[in-house]
Amino acid sequence: MSVEHNCETCPVHAEMAQLGAAVGAFDRVVALAGNPNTGKSTLFNSLTGLRQHTGNWPGKTVTRAEGGFQFAGVRYKLVDLPGTYSLLSASDDEEVARNFLLFGRPDCTVVVVDASALERNLYLVLQVLEITDRVVVAVNLMDEAKRRGIEVDTRSLARDLGVPAIPIVARTGENMMALLGEVAAVASGETATQPLRSKGTPAFEHAVSKLVPMIEAAAPGVPNARWIAIRLLDGDLPVEEALASGRLAELVTRQQAPDARFSRKIALQGSQ
Amino acid sequence: MSESLAVTTGDIVREAAALRRSLDAGFREEVVTSLYGEVERITRRAVQNSGSGPLELDQRIDRIVTSRLLGLPLMLGILAVVFWLTIVGANVPSQMLASAFFWFEDLAAGWFTQLGVPWWITGFVWHGVYRGLAWVISVMLPPMAIFFPLFTILEDLGYLPRVAFNLDYLFKRAGAHGKQALSMAMGFGCNAAGVIATRVIDSPRERLVAILTNNFVPCNGRFPTLIMLATVFVAASFSPAVAALVAAGSVVAIVLVGVMFTLVVSWVLSRTVLRGEASAFTLELPPYRRPAVARILYTSLIDRTLFVLWRAIVTAAPAGAVIWLLANISPGGVSLATRTATFLDPLGSAMGLDGVILLAYIIAIPANEIVVPTMLMVYMSQGMMTELVSLDGLRTLLVDEHGWTLLTAVNLMLFSLLHNPCATTIITIYKETLSAKWTAIGALMPLALGFVVTLLTAAVARAFFGF
Repeated sequence: MSVEHNCETCPVHAEMAQLGAAVGAFDRVVALAGNPNTGKSTLFNSLTGLRQHTGNWPGKTVTRAEGGFQFAGVRYKLVDLPGTYSLLSASDDEEVARNFLLFGRPDCTVVVVDASALERNLYLVLQVLEITDRVVVAVNLMDEAKRRGIEVDTRSLARDLGVPAIPIVARTGENMMALLGEVAAVASGETATQPLRSKGTPAFEHAVSKLVPMIEAAAPGVPNARWIAIRLLDGDLPVEEALASGRLAELVTRQQAPDARFSRKIALQGSQ
Repeated sequence: MSESLAVTTGDIVREAAALRRSLDAGFREEVVTSLYGEVERITRRAVQNSGSGPLELDQRIDRIVTSRLLGLPLMLGILAVVFWLTIVGANVPSQMLASAFFWFEDLAAGWFTQLGVPWWITGFVWHGVYRGLAWVISVMLPPMAIFFPLFTILEDLGYLPRVAFNLDYLFKRAGAHGKQALSMAMGFGCNAAGVIATRVIDSPRERLVAILTNNFVPCNGRFPTLIMLATVFVAASFSPAVAALVAAGSVVAIVLVGVMFTLVVSWVLSRTVLRGEASAFTLELPPYRRPAVARILYTSLIDRTLFVLWRAIVTAAPAGAVIWLLANISPGGVSLATRTATFLDPLGSAMGLDGVILLAYIIAIPANEIVVPTMLMVYMSQGMMTELVSLDGLRTLLVDEHGWTLLTAVNLMLFSLLHNPCATTIITIYKETLSAKWTAIGALMPLALGFVVTLLTAAVARAFFGF
């Protein structure tokens, strides 16, 4: 499938403007997640007009960087998360990504995947789908995949995952408008997604349903009680510890606080 | 369930543990297995793979650049070429900048005098602050403008993970994490950034090892010093034809010494205070990508070169002022600079250096970039020489008037590798570890090593080589 089409959803005439680091007031929050080295920072730069440092090696971005763009009259805050293979392990960069997805409650999460290594990238996609419905999969590096004789059928992918999947080439900006169109539709709730989720055994689901109300009672307003319940059943010690020490509630407040200035500073330091 | 308001988090954890016991032992494995199956099915439906072209080329290249036999020599070769290009290319522009700046210093100071401005204002502004800035810019800008784009090209190409791959074996032997090779590579750019980059390491023990040893690789603030010393001293004893090669070779040698210290100190740490085994990890070798030249020029010139230069300028200007004051406030007829330098001299000469060099390192704690300019300004302020227009002049100043020898140059290169990190890096270590203890160790351990190593080299050189 070629990168150029998928124009049914492509609002060609919608205007797009880069807002750089001066996000100011914004209407929606979009998170960028993905495996290391899939071109998240490149996409981030091309959307925000910022020059976050990019490099061809995994682990480049270890903090989250924030910037803004405007699309079809709506102002978006874009948060570039560190590249991770999973959301389960507890290294600092993975925790940054996971905490933001869990508690920062982005209106839409774009998972950037490498078209030529789709299988490896999909584990993270499925893990993100466990946490949030509002996901758009950006299948990046389509040009590189094509050169290697790899073709990705994004329609089939979208059907299987239950969320939009858009082929892009972040480096040249190809198909960016189509991606933004989907992001806008998912963020506003216009596009209803039906994310693929693994269902556990009935006993497991029963256990989850017993824990969820307890978590909601103990930590009111905590998003993703289901995810926390699953982690607890799994014996995830850091999550257990975060819940017991009250750090979980603190995380929720911190992730939702407007700390763009702080992150920008870190991003600058990280860019050296 | 009952509407009790008092559900404590402890209750939840206990309930979860009880529920976990009620489930089949393998309940998560089932979920994971079904996840893997699902991923495989989705991929099979969405991906069509017809042969592979560049992938094979990538693998062929990787077989060479990461081979046991050729990997490390090739890496050193690439490093040497990068330094050689930097040294050869930076020479002429550096001298042009220096002569232009110092010509203007005289001119402007002349104007001030004609306008009847008091001598101490002229001195403070032009021979203090301005001269500090002029030195920093002419010594640092040309090498950085060449070194950074070259380094960024390697980074963009995808060579850095291969470096990590080549060094992984050595780091593992040292009890450290293989990804430390990546944070070390970042350290060549900037140690503060290298310390931040250690976040890719999962285990706190190995991360701490990586943080504490990051300073052993010279950062961009220190490369100009090393390059200058290599050019002016080490290479000057050789014929012009090979001088640049020798200079590049000695910078590579210093880098190797730095890597060696990284490994040895990691080894000692992970067998003493930070005991533990190296953990396994997977490192992805990304495909080689054609570097985006326009972006590289932008990133390396604007983000890196100007960033580092700006940092140097904002620290050099006050340092220039401090030096001028130290040199011109003379209670009892002897300037403060000379007094301090004289006081530090015994320690300095035992280390194969001198009091002025140590004073320069104290003044330059905020940023490594200004060590050499500070040193030169203190020397010059002692009234022996008022202007300095070329690298030959530099040699004359240091060798003929201040008794520098090859030992001074070598030990200064060693000390520039092994001393406390700059203030920014120290603050970053604190931010990353949140521990005053580890920050202190991170700052003082390299300094202590620097003293020990230079004292030893000086003693050996004096005992056996007649320095």
